[in-house]
Amino acid sequence: MRAQTPGRAHGARPTPAAPFLDVDTLIGDRSIEILICCGSGGVGKTTTSAAIAVRAAEAGRRVVVLTIDPARRLAQSLGLGELDNTPRPVLGVDDSAGGSLDAMMLDMKRTFDEVVLTHSTPEKAEQILANPFYEALSSSFSGTQEYMAMERLGQLHAQAAADARAGRPAWDLIVVDTPPARSALDFLDAPEHLSSLLDGRFIRLLLAPAKGPLRLMGVGFTLVSNAMNKILGSQIITDVQTFVRACEAIFGGFRQRAEETFARLSSEHTVFLVVATAQRDALREASYFVDRLTEERMPLGGLVVNRVHGSELDVSAERAVALAEDLEEAGPTRLEAEALRRHADLMRVAEAEAVLLDRFATARPSVPQTRVPALPSDVTALADLRQVGALLAEKDD
Amino acid sequence: MTAPRHTLHVVSGKGGTGKTTVAAGLACALATRGRRVLLCEVEGRQGLAELFGVPPLEGDEERRLTRTPAGGTVFGLSIDAEDALREYLETFYHLGLAGRALDRFGVIDFVTSIAPGLRDVLLTGKVYEAVRRGEKGLPTAYDAVVLDAPPTGRIGQFLNIHDAVSGIAKVGPIRAQADSVAALLRARTTITHLVTLLEDMPVSETEEAVAALQPSGTRVGTIIENMVNPSPFEPAVLADVAAGSVDLAVPGWDETHNRALAAEFAVEASRTLEQQVRHDRLLRLGLPLVQVDFDPLGIDAESLFAVAEQLTDQLALEAA
Repeated sequence: MRAQTPGRAHGARPTPAAPFLDVDTLIGDRSIEILICCGSGGVGKTTTSAAIAVRAAEAGRRVVVLTIDPARRLAQSLGLGELDNTPRPVLGVDDSAGGSLDAMMLDMKRTFDEVVLTHSTPEKAEQILANPFYEALSSSFSGTQEYMAMERLGQLHAQAAADARAGRPAWDLIVVDTPPARSALDFLDAPEHLSSLLDGRFIRLLLAPAKGPLRLMGVGFTLVSNAMNKILGSQIITDVQTFVRACEAIFGGFRQRAEETFARLSSEHTVFLVVATAQRDALREASYFVDRLTEERMPLGGLVVNRVHGSELDVSAERAVALAEDLEEAGPTRLEAEALRRHADLMRVAEAEAVLLDRFATARPSVPQTRVPALPSDVTALADLRQVGALLAEKDD
Repeated sequence: MTAPRHTLHVVSGKGGTGKTTVAAGLACALATRGRRVLLCEVEGRQGLAELFGVPPLEGDEERRLTRTPAGGTVFGLSIDAEDALREYLETFYHLGLAGRALDRFGVIDFVTSIAPGLRDVLLTGKVYEAVRRGEKGLPTAYDAVVLDAPPTGRIGQFLNIHDAVSGIAKVGPIRAQADSVAALLRARTTITHLVTLLEDMPVSETEEAVAALQPSGTRVGTIIENMVNPSPFEPAVLADVAAGSVDLAVPGWDETHNRALAAEFAVEASRTLEQQVRHDRLLRLGLPLVQVDFDPLGIDAESLFAVAEQLTDQLALEAA
């Protein structure tokens, strides 16, 4: 019997309308010093950051990757039992091109402590570190992570510049895995929001008594301070006042550094990659990021789409289901029928993803894209990261 | 009609596990005949509006999202910390002009974005209000409230209200509010569900979340395994398939196609086997496990009812 021509798979692999995001060109561009991966939670952002870092290091860049709370197995795959606030060399990276890779995980409390210790007198530092308000702010407030990621990025960049000036081996590329921001905008908003809060009337009001309250006394002031005493209770007000007064000097420096970091992020030495999966929620978040970065004139590199499904087998979902039904009618459940049903599911997923990706590309035609196919198993070793890196750099079809 | 067993369901899970979908499915499952269920989100993402295909939920509006086939109603609310604070101040302190002055002085912004832990107290405080409204028997009362909570990485902190404010407010009205919310979260009528995929990282996070939730005194009711791909075949058969030692022969296909199908099926079979390993790991937590099957067509407002149906079957006591 002649082999039957399997039915065409409709829409499973449309020609991507978007230009190709060439990761190798980005990491080969020595003028790029900072590469930032952002996107919603669960899209493989940490894996993408680590894979790009490995690839860049093996292409000859001296890389440090700053990651936020990676899965322990990923830390292991980088050869690190645990990651801490200090960059540690990653062993097993091919350094024949002259590159190197260090990795670190953001410890937000320790970064904050260091900022306090560096920028205030020992007595003041002690006062701040012991304040209950500081304790909570530095360890539990979710926005602190964004501020501290920016702070740590600034520190790493300064260290690299200092090393380079002194003729020591210096990092020439910092890869940042952003915190799983609750809202897509938190990371970008962090420095500005902090500045506006610290310049705000509330802080001035809190600090006012020390500077002579008479100047601020007015209807608004009395109303607010009475209301605050009533709601918060005087203990909180006293703690916050002590804290804010002790931090005044630090806040100034903090704001200045946050603004410097923001300026650096807007420069041509930085590139942002938005990471997503081919799912509705993840792409919606990616659209926010792309639009926001564009609005802020931030240098957008493009979109990385992880876990894209596809099939080598050119048989449509409908055709596969029809064949499975024929087989099932003919007798007891056979492996072929199950295999065909699984193939049908895969084709449906691939088609749904293709539609979503097409829509994204149509709405934002200038955003370059690269797609990483779904891998059969979890990424757990350096070799896996290398493979993801190769897939990232590979042009689809 | 008796009261449901649990009146507050908190749903968490790692990002990307389908937490919002499961929360919405659960709300539909709980909305049996004549019941009114409120579904809340707290991260300002408008995930509920998107899922149900309705315009964004704004302010304190509690809008009807859907009527369930069983004859219940699901309402949606997107809780915003700043709105919750304004409402809280207005309800308890009748601040009027002073309230607006607080806003003008940036106090609302400060408290909701910088003041640690308070933001979470405000968000859960609004949920507390919605749950309590039911007890007071007001006309807008709900039979159950489902909270689409922050992801597992943050859930311990989110629900651990006591820790969040203990360092800051030892006495005073904020402390009193935090204590009431903490009591609700520990109540017998409150239950937390963790959504996971049968993959390594989400399962690890689920295990960590179970541990992180202990200090809050919140009961973890069920682990919901989402996007499960069950197989009619025994593990031994699947192992052979995964190893590539099984040839397939689809009638009428040439060898190339049969081989491609076998290779693809081998990957699927090894995934199914890995899912089984993850399932066994979750069993060790000693909590009831619930499965929601993978839907290759994706989730929309209609397929939510299919998710709800699976949950109803497996959570018979809840939806009764």
